[in-house]
Amino acid sequence: MIFNGSYRGSSFWEMLQVDASHLLPDFTALAGDGSVQIPHGTTVLAFKYNDGVLVAGDRLATEGHRVASRDVQKVFATDKYSLMAISGAAGPCIEMARILSVELEHYEKIEGERLEIEGKANKLSQMIRQNLPAAMQGLVVVPLFAGYDLRRRTGRIWKFDITGGRYEETDFEATGSGGLYAHESLKKTWRSDLSKSEALRAAVGALADASDEDRATGGIDLTRRIFPIVKFCSEQGMEDGSNEEMESAYLKILERRANGNGGARA
Amino acid sequence: MSMPFYVSPEQVMADKAEYARKGIARGKSIVALEYEGGILLIAENATSLQKLGEIYDRIAFAGVGKFSEFDQLRKLGVRYADTKGYAYSREDVRGKGLANAYSQAVGDVFTREIKPLEVEVIVVEVGDDQFPGHEKHSIYRVKFDGFISDHSGFCVIGGNVDDVQGVLENEYRKDMPLGESILLGRKSLDQGTDGSASLTSESLEVCLLDRTRQGRKFTRLSADEVQGMLDA
Repeated sequence: MIFNGSYRGSSFWEMLQVDASHLLPDFTALAGDGSVQIPHGTTVLAFKYNDGVLVAGDRLATEGHRVASRDVQKVFATDKYSLMAISGAAGPCIEMARILSVELEHYEKIEGERLEIEGKANKLSQMIRQNLPAAMQGLVVVPLFAGYDLRRRTGRIWKFDITGGRYEETDFEATGSGGLYAHESLKKTWRSDLSKSEALRAAVGALADASDEDRATGGIDLTRRIFPIVKFCSEQGMEDGSNEEMESAYLKILERRANGNGGARA
Repeated sequence: MSMPFYVSPEQVMADKAEYARKGIARGKSIVALEYEGGILLIAENATSLQKLGEIYDRIAFAGVGKFSEFDQLRKLGVRYADTKGYAYSREDVRGKGLANAYSQAVGDVFTREIKPLEVEVIVVEVGDDQFPGHEKHSIYRVKFDGFISDHSGFCVIGGNVDDVQGVLENEYRKDMPLGESILLGRKSLDQGTDGSASLTSESLEVCLLDRTRQGRKFTRLSADEVQGMLDA
């Protein structure tokens, strides 16, 4: 197996292509004419706050009009200082996040040092580009990538298109079916100097707005106690947002709506 | 056409072994040592070319001999482990499988090629209390001819093995605290040199597989951290 391989570089992804192509995911054979329903993820967002960057995503995956999963994970730590949030065809997206995290760890072990955040984003862009044939058949992978830049000492955010085009965002970004609503919500609540708890409230507000307008976005499910995934990434590394704080932020939003401040009421 | 001289297989093997042994003995020693919190790897190495490396969550590597050759083996190990962990699960990557793969690869070169690999490697795997049946540590040594052995407590490769091992045989105890085991590691390495002065933290390379850590258990100690341990 790998001991007889011919690849000598430091990329896991390239090594699979050269020496273990049977392990590479290839989705091009799956025609996307709608006859095959596969789970899709919906709203994810990322924005900068005081200490770094926050990335959040709801938990719902849908197959057409059907719920595929209520507690799917769309935000992944790809290493100690970077995150990937996925929306689109869930299978290829999750696989790409998995390969990217192996890729980053592999590079670090082979080379003895981590990639710069820019290098990580560039690698992801190459992987998305190679998925282009599958994307043309409807298996679109358009993640958000974010992380903490240890050299510039700031959070950084990138979005991508299906051709692997890589666009750095200065402040905030949201994608997926409810991304537009989350984006507009953040436009009102985001400031450049949000504290950590303010950031969490802004994220909950944006996801609540998205799930209110977009039926495929899950929001917060207080009955089943399913909360969005929120991750903070700063110089200290990665940290999860607290469910209790999300709950109290969400209850405030519900109270506002109940008092007639959130649109139509019977 | 002239006929090549006949050389007996015994003679070929003996010559190759002699060649490899000489190459390895010229270098410095590395010690692997079980301590109360995991496994310590300590090497005499004043250069920035590392002899110790992380392979996977619970597995680390140490190599002596020709740098280009054992570093190639280290990279092969990382490729083997990452591929296996990607194809199956992280828990399926085991030190024994890797040590066996090394043994076969190194042994193959020894029998087939004219020049044997001038290397000797250690593969260590730290035990995991959360993983039934895998609580114990493992230490494997693979020699230049592919000979593989497993060790408990400690293991020495490279340089003046007998003298270094002598110190450990006399003074090693189970479940020593980290600081004490680093001191013992240095003392044993001192014995392998001319013994006139103790090695400084600047000329030691120290890595741990710390069983108390989550996920990837490998850590490299900086010279300052090592100095702190030696002074304590």
